[in-house]
Amino acid sequence: MKNLIEVKNIRKNYGKKEAVKGITFNVEEDEILGLLGPNGSGKTTTIGMLLGLLKPTSGKIFINNLKLEENRIEILEMINFISPYIELPKKLTVKQNLYVYSKLYKVQNIKERIDYLSEKLRIGELLNIITGELSSGQKNRVSLAKALVNEPKVLLLDEPTASLDPEVGDFVRTFLEEYKKEKKISILLASHNMNEVTRLCKSVLMMKNGEIIDQGKPEDLITKHGRTNLEEVFLKLSRSKNEFN
Amino acid sequence: MSLTRIYGLFLRHFYLITRSFPRILDLVYWPSIQITLWGFISNFFATHTTYYNNAVGVILTCAILYDFLFRTSIGFNMLFLEEIWSRNFTNLFIAPMRIGEILTSLVITALIRSLIGLVPAILLTSPLFGISILDLGIFLFFLFLSLYIFGITLGILVSSGLLRFGPSFENIAWSTMFLLAPFGCIYYPIETLPEIFQKIAYVLPLVYIFEEARNILINQTVNINNVYYAFMWNAFYFSLSIGLFYYSFNAAKNKGTLINMGE
Repeated sequence: MKNLIEVKNIRKNYGKKEAVKGITFNVEEDEILGLLGPNGSGKTTTIGMLLGLLKPTSGKIFINNLKLEENRIEILEMINFISPYIELPKKLTVKQNLYVYSKLYKVQNIKERIDYLSEKLRIGELLNIITGELSSGQKNRVSLAKALVNEPKVLLLDEPTASLDPEVGDFVRTFLEEYKKEKKISILLASHNMNEVTRLCKSVLMMKNGEIIDQGKPEDLITKHGRTNLEEVFLKLSRSKNEFN
Repeated sequence: MSLTRIYGLFLRHFYLITRSFPRILDLVYWPSIQITLWGFISNFFATHTTYYNNAVGVILTCAILYDFLFRTSIGFNMLFLEEIWSRNFTNLFIAPMRIGEILTSLVITALIRSLIGLVPAILLTSPLFGISILDLGIFLFFLFLSLYIFGITLGILVSSGLLRFGPSFENIAWSTMFLLAPFGCIYYPIETLPEIFQKIAYVLPLVYIFEEARNILINQTVNINNVYYAFMWNAFYFSLSIGLFYYSFNAAKNKGTLINMGE
């Protein structure tokens, strides 16, 4: 399988503080890779570097074989991101927001794309509603529609189901599974929901203090660490004092 | 009444002020700038009572010109701040947009916003005060263009600060125009300023624009040098602001401001 994301020994320092300490990983086409770790472990910094919002202190990032540093615009055209910490303009209707972002991503058949996403994400009845008036679950689905408006090859998800009720959370997970299978995209999923990670991810990276401290398939990590589920593995690794692997 | 709770709420605001240099600056310079500006205006009118033959017309024309500059600059900043307030900033900067595209889009939008405010103001002055800003003739276009470029320049400079320092730079965004107002010589000739202030004023395009507006209205003559110097300084500051914006964008990518801006 082709690697759509290749991260080679990237570091990020803020002054003397090392936020990310030379990590290397790949994400294949048609793969969801889980990025796990306690708060402050470097997950958001890693995602920021992949999005071109942060400049790595050293190391290289390739998306679809293009070097990020030299091909920022071309790469941003094939990538997208969703996070509960960023929102769409609240005073625009859902349709206006999707139309604006379709223009920013130079989507060719905007109407068809919005109709497709509306049907898939069940937001058809929300299109003429002001975005600021939506519930958390509705906002989440609309943000997901925005993140898919450019048919990204690479999708970065930062806690995509945080603060959602179980029904909406399950809808989003099922949608992501089916969309990934249909479009063969790569997804990097940062999440604190271990059931979600176990269900969606082919493999996971465990980060702590800016380093990858373990990686592998969820079931293999559970066996390796002698635990019964991924949450217990997470707790063991995040509480350990650098007793990696 | 609980003194502890009152003190607690006081502390909440006190900590906010002491943690942010722009907020402290904001507290200090507003009164200073207001006093300086109105001091120069009062001083001028007290000593030159016959300077303006048509005082209302000249003052109103200058007020409209200044308001256009103010609207353009604030309008540009508002567009940038809107993205921060709506937590949409990150979405914008992960879209495949070049910096030049972002700036061009904001420049055009700021112009449309300013014109929407300007046209009714111009139309109102005629029936209300019997004055038409169109008395400035063809040079009105050059004066407006010059003010627009300087307003945009200030907007880009402030946006660079927002990129580099984050939302705490917001207060500066609101007050840049007031900081420059005393040096701009909007309502009085440059000779009213102390010599040291005159030196500062001469390196700003504003003084040439307002001097020329007064010159046309009062003396009915045109000094093309004023228009030329205004454009020359505008070109300098505009280039500087674009360079600074790119520098701030790269600095923000190093510092991490872009990823935290929406949170």
